[in-house]
Amino acid sequence: MATENQYLNPRQWVEAHADYLYGYTLSRLNDEEQAKDLVQETFLAALEKVDKFEGKSSERTWLTAILKNKIIDVYRKRSSGLRKVETLAAEEEQRDFFEDDNGHWTKTHAPQPFGIEDHDPLVGKEFNGILQKCMQKLPALWMAIFTMKHMDDATTDVICSELNVTQANFWVIIHRAKLNLRACLQKNWI
Amino acid sequence: MSPLKHIIYNCKQATLLIEKRQFKKLSFREFVELRIHLAGCSVCTLYNKQSQVIHQMMLQLFHDSMQTTGVHLDTGYKQDLQIRIEKELNK
Repeated sequence: MATENQYLNPRQWVEAHADYLYGYTLSRLNDEEQAKDLVQETFLAALEKVDKFEGKSSERTWLTAILKNKIIDVYRKRSSGLRKVETLAAEEEQRDFFEDDNGHWTKTHAPQPFGIEDHDPLVGKEFNGILQKCMQKLPALWMAIFTMKHMDDATTDVICSELNVTQANFWVIIHRAKLNLRACLQKNWI
Repeated sequence: MSPLKHIIYNCKQATLLIEKRQFKKLSFREFVELRIHLAGCSVCTLYNKQSQVIHQMMLQLFHDSMQTTGVHLDTGYKQDLQIRIEKELNK
C-alpha cells in the first residue's frame, strides 16, 4: 500500500478498494444491499472532499474513515426508531434471569455447562453460525455498541458520544447484550 | 445490607463486573468484590468461563470476516460504480 500514500487516484478506487470496503461494511451491518449502497456513497462523498485529503494516511485508511462514519449513521438510525419497543422486549427476556430480591441466578436460567468452556476449535464453525444468529436477535442499539467495541476497539467515550448513551448505561448495555447472547447460545447449542 | 455483602451475594452485579473486566481494568474495590464472589459462586464461575470464550469467539469472528477474500462485489455493480466516478471526475 506504500505507493498509495500521499496522493489519491479515484479512477483506481473501485479496482483497489471496493471489495475491501464492501467486506468491511458487510461484517458490521450484515445487509448486502445496504453495504453496496454505502460503498457507493463513500466513493461519492470522498470525491467531494478530494481536496481535503492531506496525504497523512493511505488512501484506503482515508476511505475507510469516511465509510466508518456512514456505518455509525446507520447504527444511529437503526437504533433510534425502534429503540424502545425492541429494547423493552430484549430486557423482558432477561427479567427472570435473576431473583428480584437478592440478585441470585434463578434456577431456570442459571448457566449450565455447554461444552464451549474449553474452546474446542472443532466446534468453532457450527458454533459461530449460532453465535451470529443470536447476535442478530439483539436490539439494534445493543448490537451497535457490541460491534463497535469488539471490532474497532473504539474507545468507550467515542461510542458513547456517537450513539448518545451515558457511560453507566454503556456498561449496562454491554452486560445485558452478553446475558441475552449467552442465554441464546445455551438454548440453541445444548 | 453492607455494600460488600451486597456484591458477595449478587450474581447480577458480579456478571456486570465480569463483562466490564474484559474491556477495562476494574477498580481495586470492584476487583476484590468480584474475587470474593467468584470464590463462593460456582454458577458465576461457569458464567465467567463462558463469557470469556464468547468474547474470544466474537473477536475471532470479526477478525475473520475482515480477512475473508470471499466477499466480492459483483462485477456489474463495480462497472456502474466506475462509470459513476468517471462521470463525477469529468464534470
